[in-house]
Amino acid sequence: MTEKTFMAGFGGQGVISLGQLWVYCAMKEGLEVTFFPFYGAEKRGGVARASVIVSSGEIASPLVTRPDSSVVMNPDSLPLCEEIAKEGGVMLVNSSLVKSGGARKDLKLVMVACNDIAEKIGDVKIANMVMMGALSKVTGAVKLDKLEAVLKTFFPESKHRFIPMNMQAIEAGRAAV
Amino acid sequence: MELAYGHPKSLKPIQTKYCPGCGHGVIHRLVAEVVDEMGLQERSIILNPVGCAIWADLYFDFDSVQPAHGRTPAAATGIKRMLPDHLVICYQGDGDLAAIGTAEAVHAANRGEKFTTIFVNNAIYGMTGGQMAPTTLVGQKATTAPYGRDPIEAGMGYPIRVCELLATLGGTKYLARGSVDTAVNVRKTKQYIKKAFEAQMRGEGFSMVEVLSPCPTNWQMSPPEAAEWVGQSMAAFYPLGEIKNTLEEAKR
Amino acid sequence: MAEDKRLMKGNEAIGEAAVRAGCRAYFGYPITPQNELTAYMAKNMLDKKRTFIQAESEVSAINMVYGAAATGARTMTSSSSPGLSLKQEGISYACGADLPLVIVNVQRSGPGLGGISPGQSDYFQSTRGGGHGDYYHLVLAPKSVQEAADLTYEAFDLADRWRMPVMILADGLIGQMMEGVVLPPARDLAALPRKPWAVGRQADSHRPINHVTSINLVPDELEAANRKRFARYDEIKQAEVRFEEVNTEKAELVFVAYGTSSRVCLGALEMAKKAGVELGLFRPISLWPFPEKRVAELAAKGKKFLAVEMSMGQMVEDVRLAANGKTEVGFYGRCGGNIPSEEEVFAEAMRLVGTKSGK
Ligand SMILES: Cc1ncc(C[n+]2csc(CCOP(=O)(O)OP(=O)(O)O)c2C)c(N)n1
Repeated sequence: MTEKTFMAGFGGQGVISLGQLWVYCAMKEGLEVTFFPFYGAEKRGGVARASVIVSSGEIASPLVTRPDSSVVMNPDSLPLCEEIAKEGGVMLVNSSLVKSGGARKDLKLVMVACNDIAEKIGDVKIANMVMMGALSKVTGAVKLDKLEAVLKTFFPESKHRFIPMNMQAIEAGRAAV
Repeated sequence: MELAYGHPKSLKPIQTKYCPGCGHGVIHRLVAEVVDEMGLQERSIILNPVGCAIWADLYFDFDSVQPAHGRTPAAATGIKRMLPDHLVICYQGDGDLAAIGTAEAVHAANRGEKFTTIFVNNAIYGMTGGQMAPTTLVGQKATTAPYGRDPIEAGMGYPIRVCELLATLGGTKYLARGSVDTAVNVRKTKQYIKKAFEAQMRGEGFSMVEVLSPCPTNWQMSPPEAAEWVGQSMAAFYPLGEIKNTLEEAKR
Repeated sequence: MAEDKRLMKGNEAIGEAAVRAGCRAYFGYPITPQNELTAYMAKNMLDKKRTFIQAESEVSAINMVYGAAATGARTMTSSSSPGLSLKQEGISYACGADLPLVIVNVQRSGPGLGGISPGQSDYFQSTRGGGHGDYYHLVLAPKSVQEAADLTYEAFDLADRWRMPVMILADGLIGQMMEGVVLPPARDLAALPRKPWAVGRQADSHRPINHVTSINLVPDELEAANRKRFARYDEIKQAEVRFEEVNTEKAELVFVAYGTSSRVCLGALEMAKKAGVELGLFRPISLWPFPEKRVAELAAKGKKFLAVEMSMGQMVEDVRLAANGKTEVGFYGRCGGNIPSEEEVFAEAMRLVGTKSGK
């Protein structure tokens, strides 16, 4: 099994943490992983993209140029994700911000209202976790069963009280697809 | 009977390559005497700079390291950080310290690196044959200032007073300017060097002794004329004495 | 027992490997895309009461390394391409004075300020003795975070063994990417090799005095010293050539690529497998010494080569030299911070295979 995912959004949407947590969990599940981020020159508000691969075997190129799955967090990222998506690939779209799913008919389109779901749980910042739950359900590549333990090392102690909310977001994301 | 005069152990008993009347030989001797007096021969490391004093490793009878031109304080930093209980002597000329290596010197001083710089100011580039140095006096001739140093019209800038420049930096604890033009000044210079070395061994921060030093060959003077020129012309622009002393003992 | 696998950025894994290899002093200057490495060293060296200095420039940093290495300490500096240009002076002096030290170059794209995205265009500078004078030093190119850690760790041993600088030639992707890594055990500082030529601690043994220097104004003596160093280079060429081969026996066309480019070629190999085409990969790990013998052997077997680089073509010259006209050597490169895609590389390989066999 190899799942190549391209994740895209704007800075501050948690795209980078989404990718990092995804591969962190995959590693704990015994998979090989690579994560390569790309940021714009600006620290906030610029583009945030990541090439993310998890695999049961050795990973060749860490660059995702024909993704099996893409994560589209904002409208600006849609054209690129549509262009590079693999024939018959999966495209998960944050429908709270991206209203149309694009023109490609071969793709399996999954619309997830990440921001709305996250706000309902209590904080729009966990929209990325909603997306991760959906990605896990749709691809089956990473089970995320070690996520709670991973979050404990990922967050500093002072933020551990947010872990339950993050776990709730994952479940909501799963349930939404 | 007390020995009144002898050759320092830390200086090899050989003739130097330095020109007649050059100050480097005298300054080497002062350094070696202080090293001996402090019993540090086997715990001293000298950085021999690019410049006439690159031959220092032939004369000092202790370990030496030879870095690139002007990078002397950076290399001294690496050495002293690894061997904090050693006496590290960063020997530099005016071209090495105040031209090509200005950044290294200023930042090592500002970090308060705990080595001692012996800054030999002869107002000229000796080794390469008499070019203008950052410390060349206004009007003084050099092969690259054939009509004399002209700060504005020819855009040659002004001579740099290094002690005064470094005195504003928090990391510098002891900055003194001596000279080797007369016996009295030689003796005073040795006292400055001793103070600086002792401060270094106490771990007190950056110390430097600038030494006004004759270069008869490139000044095209006889040795006595050159010594006189140090006393009259150089010392007039570069005041002798302790320019900054914030050592613990001075505070008491 | 091996430690658990950790998820780390390449830059951080290089830093941790250096700490574990017994690096006692690190000197650096900020530059993207290697800033995480300098920051990692700041935290971890200071925590361990070792020396960390943010130098005033790369020129100073390499000369601080020069001084620390002269005392026999394991020491390292890191930077990215523009900073490496500034370090060349110090590297030449270190080679002239036979000092062991480790230099990491997390390459970006150039020339000039260029860009902050990955590049591989410092190959010439790194493998040809980028400063003045006749010299070489070991250059090792990792393809993954794991290998970046392993080679950095080993670089300290190699530097000590051969008394020369060892360069880790990584790139912005290796530095910025996260992968799983199992780190080597921490070395006992007290058990590191003794260096009788180093300055300092003379009082312990009353040995004769030591000089660390590269100057020699007597032509015959300097020539003799250079020849002696080159004899050592010959030994290194025997002992330290490293490379990896994938499917080179069956392949008609063999990619030659190092570091990030080699990963891209591995991707193209997977595409080839699906397409039922036999392609191979030859990956130099030591860029100096370059695995010229093995490249010559493959050339003699009639394998076609396609060198793939993130440059306008630098390593390809070594491939051509080694192939010595015995086979075709193609080149495919991207630059400016662009990384070739496996699709492009595969397409170029197919074009070369196709034209020659007349398909
Ligand atoms: C990079 C570099 N530039 C230039 C030189 C040539 N060079 C050798 S000595 C020297 C001048 C040294 O003058 P100073 O520091 O005043 O020492 P002095 O010889 O007067 O004692 C120069 C420019 C060099 N060795 N390296």
